[in-house]
Amino acid sequence: MNALAARFNAIFGADMAGPFAALAAVLIFFGFASPQFLTGATFGSVAFQLPELGILTLAMLLPILTGGLNLAITFTANIAGLTLAWTLQTNGGADAGPAAFLLGSVLALAVGGASGLVMGLVIAFTRAHPILVSLSMMIFLRGLGEFLTRGGDISGFPAFVSPIGHGSIFGIPVPLLILIACVIVCHILLSRSKLGFSTYMIGSNIESARYSGINTRKVLVLVYVLSGVMAAIAGIIMLARFNSVRVGHGESYLLITVLACFLGGINPFGGFGRVLPVFVALVVLQLLSSGLNLLGANQHLTTAVWGILLIVVMVLRWFSATFVKIVK
Amino acid sequence: MSTATDEGANARPLLSLRGINMTFGGVRALKNVSFEVMPGEVHCLAGENGSGKSTLIKVISGVYTPAAGAEIVFDGESIPHMTPGMAQARGIQIIWQDLALFPEMSVAENIAFQTLSGARPRPVNYATIRSVAEEALARLGVSLDVDRPLKDYAIAQRQIVAIARALVGEARVVFMDEPTASLTQSETDHLLAIVRNLSASGVAVVFVSHRLAEVLEISSRITVLRDGALVGVYPVEGMTQSKITELMTGRTFDQNTRARDVSGSSVVLSASNLSRPGEFSDISFDLHRGETLGITGLLGSGRTELALTLFGMRRPASGTVTLSGRPVRFASNREAIAAGVAYLSEDRLSLGLNQPQSIADNLVMASLNRILSGRLISTEKKRSLVSRWIADLGVKIGRQDDAISTLSGGNQQRVAIAKWLATDPKVLILDSPTVGVDVGARAGIFEIVARLAEAGLSIILISDEVPEVYFNADRVIHMEKGRIAGVYDPRASTLKDLEASVYA
Repeated sequence: MNALAARFNAIFGADMAGPFAALAAVLIFFGFASPQFLTGATFGSVAFQLPELGILTLAMLLPILTGGLNLAITFTANIAGLTLAWTLQTNGGADAGPAAFLLGSVLALAVGGASGLVMGLVIAFTRAHPILVSLSMMIFLRGLGEFLTRGGDISGFPAFVSPIGHGSIFGIPVPLLILIACVIVCHILLSRSKLGFSTYMIGSNIESARYSGINTRKVLVLVYVLSGVMAAIAGIIMLARFNSVRVGHGESYLLITVLACFLGGINPFGGFGRVLPVFVALVVLQLLSSGLNLLGANQHLTTAVWGILLIVVMVLRWFSATFVKIVK
Repeated sequence: MSTATDEGANARPLLSLRGINMTFGGVRALKNVSFEVMPGEVHCLAGENGSGKSTLIKVISGVYTPAAGAEIVFDGESIPHMTPGMAQARGIQIIWQDLALFPEMSVAENIAFQTLSGARPRPVNYATIRSVAEEALARLGVSLDVDRPLKDYAIAQRQIVAIARALVGEARVVFMDEPTASLTQSETDHLLAIVRNLSASGVAVVFVSHRLAEVLEISSRITVLRDGALVGVYPVEGMTQSKITELMTGRTFDQNTRARDVSGSSVVLSASNLSRPGEFSDISFDLHRGETLGITGLLGSGRTELALTLFGMRRPASGTVTLSGRPVRFASNREAIAAGVAYLSEDRLSLGLNQPQSIADNLVMASLNRILSGRLISTEKKRSLVSRWIADLGVKIGRQDDAISTLSGGNQQRVAIAKWLATDPKVLILDSPTVGVDVGARAGIFEIVARLAEAGLSIILISDEVPEVYFNADRVIHMEKGRIAGVYDPRASTLKDLEASVYA
């Protein structure tokens, strides 16, 4: 048993054990509870629902690793979506061409990056708390968005936009491909790049990082810019999936992204945690939601179950930590 | 307290401990230690840092509970389970090294603090507080304005406030942990006079110190601890400083300095008229290739501020720094590191190392560019860089991925040094490199320093332990209140001269 655990840790890392155990538990439970659960349909729906939440979670994960937080991710996604929507509308609306879409996407990413840039600069230079800074940004973006859209939907996009939200390539949903690409980029960035290394060092002790010659301000700014860009990608996918943009879309995801990070073993105070366990944790949350849906549970109950799950995980983690100590 | 039992009490120890064992996480901090204090005597508890002095005081004051089999007897009463409350009730008072005072509160409140604390809430009577405080200060023959906040007073006066507080609680025995560490000579003399008065009035005083001159001057007996074990109890009469040192360290002290003449080799770093208002002014010196330049001085002498300025983390207000003949003006410590200046922080816990992170990550933190392959960090280059330095500096580790906080102080410091050596520096500034390092491991650190200097690295060695710089540097700068007060050649002056001017 110990040898097996050691091999598992060597291949996946010790922090994968929890999420994998939860994955197995969910698959087994719903596999028995509902005959339709272990079918392609379930996984298809998960594959289409996962990406928005998944990419927003990556946007949340990066600042958390530095010991911060980005509460503005959902509204950054909305504003980025609006940017793309307007570019399409001013270039012919439903008749807009791919060039307009490309331009709009670039502008959307730039707007997302700008939102992160402002937060990053304020956090890095004034040392203001990230919760307050990103909360201010969130309120600003929400107010701005609601003012510009008068609280309504923007829709009427060219037909080729829809496949980005609903299409598949070789049977794999396009949004899932985008998510996987983002996961890989973030994974490599965090585990192999100087920026990633510095992110972890800053997260556990920013002063010692500064004394070691790490440009802590630059790293903080880049991390928030990246977080904003990730949020913008989520915004573009949301636009394609709903075929409309509305300020407030995806607002309920905000706290779920924080919880997904913790479920994936990210240290809430920064400095520790990896992308892959978070990815598995996201799959677990989404499977849980689909499974409960199949059993006919109310959607609000699903949210409640997510909450219970996270509390159980915290308690289990405490148990396992205590148990390990006793064994040692 | 004067009763008929006083007659026989002089023969019986006031406090006696036997068979004290204490273990922290597998390390035995105290090994079968016994300790005795007679009523009214001035006793010295001597030992190097890490020898178990503070742990023993914490056992006596009830902060730590020793392992089974311990025997604590106070004034004839056996106390199997001492608690802080019980120790206080019996008149065992501790003046900790950090004094444990409240700077924002008034002198009176600080002194009468213990009379204020109690299980039941009750109104504070400021008149009582003032009279209690004034009475305690009068007993010491000191007058302070008891209404002023404590922070208005210097460290020497705060020390007196701490003593006064101890006296309020009907003290029978007062422990003073390194009371003179930050005092000047005249302040120390005053403190010693107070200690004599206390002793004359029947209060036993246990002086915990490694300043040997004071020990000889004031104590009647001395208990020496080394590595958590009792070396012995000796009468001070007939003791010499070198004898005590020998007892404390367990070896005849190597009295040879390592100083060499390096004035012939090229100048690597040169500071001229460096100033930063409020921190240091008019600092000029040359650092030669392969030289170890010591800088010593009391707290507030500006030594760390100077080091941080050389390291580019602060900008000098005036004056110039030249590195290898070229004037430099660093905008950040990144530029300093790139130019070949490295700085080992005095605060290893929060600035020098990133405690929760791994040994490997800490070691490569300042030299990431050296382990890149393309734009990404090469795991292989990282491992081999870490292995090379771990082997080179003889760091004892389990796995490279273990958190650095799992290592001992000495091994952590070696990793911290390795971190800077990996940046390939020309100048290495070591700020108090033996803080929190066990006695046994200190020699190892200085052997590394000597080896690096021999290999041509220029080192600035900062320490407030005068002997450290005296025995390990080629030249010693004495800084006082931000100025260079003197430059000493260890081959031409004695340790005593240097200590006399530093502690004057």
